[in-house]
Amino acid sequence: MNLSVYVDGIGILGPGLQGWPAAAAVLTGRSAYQTAATALAAPALLPAAERRRTGRVVKLAIGIALEATAQARADASKLPSVFSSSGGDGHNCHEICESLATQDRAISPTRFSNSVHNAASGYWSIATGAMSASNVLCAFDASFGAGLLDAVAQVCVNRESVLLAAYDTDYPAPLREKRPIPDAFGIALVLSDQQRPQSIAQLAIRLTGEQSETLAEPQLEQLRRSIPAARGLPLLRWLAMRSGGRTILDYLDDTRLSIEVKPCF
Amino acid sequence: MMPTPPQTPQPPVTPTTPTAPMAPLLLRAFTATSCIGHGLAPTLAALSTSSSGLRACQFETVRLDTFVGEVAGVDQQPIPAPLRRYDCRNNRLAELGLGQDGFLDAVQEAAGRWGRRRIGVILGTSTAGILEAELAYRQRDAKSGALPSGFDYGATQNSFSVVDYVRRRLELAGPAAAVSCACASGAKVFASARRLIEAGLIDAAVVGGVDSLCLTTLYGFHSLQLTSAAPCRPFDAARDGISIGEAAAFALLEREPGSLSGDDILLLGIGESSDAHHMSAPHPEGLGARIAMRAALAAANLDADAIDYINLHGTATPSNDRAESQAVTSVFGPTTPCSSTKGATGHTLGAAGALEAVISAIALRHRLMPGGVHTSRVDPQLTAHYLMDNRRFPLDRVLSNSFGFGGANCSLILGRAG
Repeated sequence: MNLSVYVDGIGILGPGLQGWPAAAAVLTGRSAYQTAATALAAPALLPAAERRRTGRVVKLAIGIALEATAQARADASKLPSVFSSSGGDGHNCHEICESLATQDRAISPTRFSNSVHNAASGYWSIATGAMSASNVLCAFDASFGAGLLDAVAQVCVNRESVLLAAYDTDYPAPLREKRPIPDAFGIALVLSDQQRPQSIAQLAIRLTGEQSETLAEPQLEQLRRSIPAARGLPLLRWLAMRSGGRTILDYLDDTRLSIEVKPCF
Repeated sequence: MMPTPPQTPQPPVTPTTPTAPMAPLLLRAFTATSCIGHGLAPTLAALSTSSSGLRACQFETVRLDTFVGEVAGVDQQPIPAPLRRYDCRNNRLAELGLGQDGFLDAVQEAAGRWGRRRIGVILGTSTAGILEAELAYRQRDAKSGALPSGFDYGATQNSFSVVDYVRRRLELAGPAAAVSCACASGAKVFASARRLIEAGLIDAAVVGGVDSLCLTTLYGFHSLQLTSAAPCRPFDAARDGISIGEAAAFALLEREPGSLSGDDILLLGIGESSDAHHMSAPHPEGLGARIAMRAALAAANLDADAIDYINLHGTATPSNDRAESQAVTSVFGPTTPCSSTKGATGHTLGAAGALEAVISAIALRHRLMPGGVHTSRVDPQLTAHYLMDNRRFPLDRVLSNSFGFGGANCSLILGRAG
């Protein structure tokens, strides 16, 4: 059984992949991949007080969500959303654990508020005024697939457009040795139940046990393997190629996602 | 100091998309373990006698003037040997909870009927096994700063660790995810599972919430001045903060079968919304809460007067209870009986939505509206009809509210099959 959705918008930020036009050029082989630290901007959309409190994870999630919703010409204030991250804000987590290991154990109230896994979803709803449902998931290395499945199911069941944002940021030492995520990376998609003029492709998704697709470019493949949200890169390569085909994305253990991609022209 | 709420755009008063009625789901099995008891029977007994499990905090090395709802026996609960790498307080609590009320057998019976790949596992948690990281940070290598070699990030600290543990423990192979929307997590798992079932990806789901005591939440809520020095008093005129608890609550969800018994409990409606207002303070008039409750009624295809009892989020902070009372009154008027069971269990954070869904199921099955515990004088400014004493009543439908940091809101409607 296949679940069918349309991709109306794409957002991406990662090492050497600053936005969809640049990333699409790399993924199709038109530009050579040159790795560089992910650049994240403070979201101008947020009120100043909120903007000051945002860490890398919020900047990343809002950055990719803005690109995807703009491309989809979607009203962000009306879109339900699914946020999925394998770990949330690693630097914030490190600061809290360090404070709790001291004698007085005083932690900053802002750090604590920002420690919730749904911080990015909360700031996104404040930034855009979106009062619709927002789900926030974690499935460790399977977080991209888990987010995609939840969003696709929501599109198909509720017959509505849904924003998916899947993103990860790095932990500082010493957690980095236990969870070596090298840099910030995120993918956002606006998914719809019906084809629109702005639709980029139709996806037909099902669970499979087949081997997942890898990327031929060694550095991109390294990226795909090292950051959970980058497990979605083979799908983005097909979307960039504007040609029909099937990809298989990593998900849980021996369960993977088969995705038929059919471009819309 | 609480951060100042920002200016927000004029919000809409109705859900952004109309909610279509949903097909009801059966709670084939359910169980709850909290400070008021391991499993359904002691939980019912505690609710029937208005007992509270809140005690002065003695947890770990925490020295805070606060009360907590600590579950007895968690540290003594063994983890099965093949899953030893998952050993941490949060997964011990999950294991303790799974072992109650024949839940393990009910899941294996469902696996026989549907197949292991056709059952999802979706659990709510806010902090999972972060306690392990907190303890590991006390044992960093003096020279290198490295964490101890025994610390296993993925199996204990990561939010997914409890889902991974429960999925392996139950030998299930379907889709899985942790929902981590702060204190709405344990309710929103029902929404995620319902979508996957309705989309045909799975036939059943183990849903629930598991959250355990840790230093991050105890010191974190203390830093926001949101914990009470006394057992929490929801809706009381003198309420002054939460008491943190811990719980493991589970339900096995399936499509509604052809035949039901009168005692069967159905999930009739789910409503979700976001406040779009502030990270750690509710919308002052409970606008997001109203949208969630109305959406749940629309999904259940019910009018407000069909709800017999509301299990409130009722955390006992001044602002939360004020906003929720306004929201409840605006949707249901001032007469629908409601109460918070957090005076008994404490606020179990990411597990609260699941724990209170199970408490709502107990209320329906045993025809009991639990009165609030520890509340001695209801705040006259709160106009919702807050129950101070237990009431025996043939309840048909209950609404349960869960709201969290980041403005995440979720309301569930459960009902008797007959």
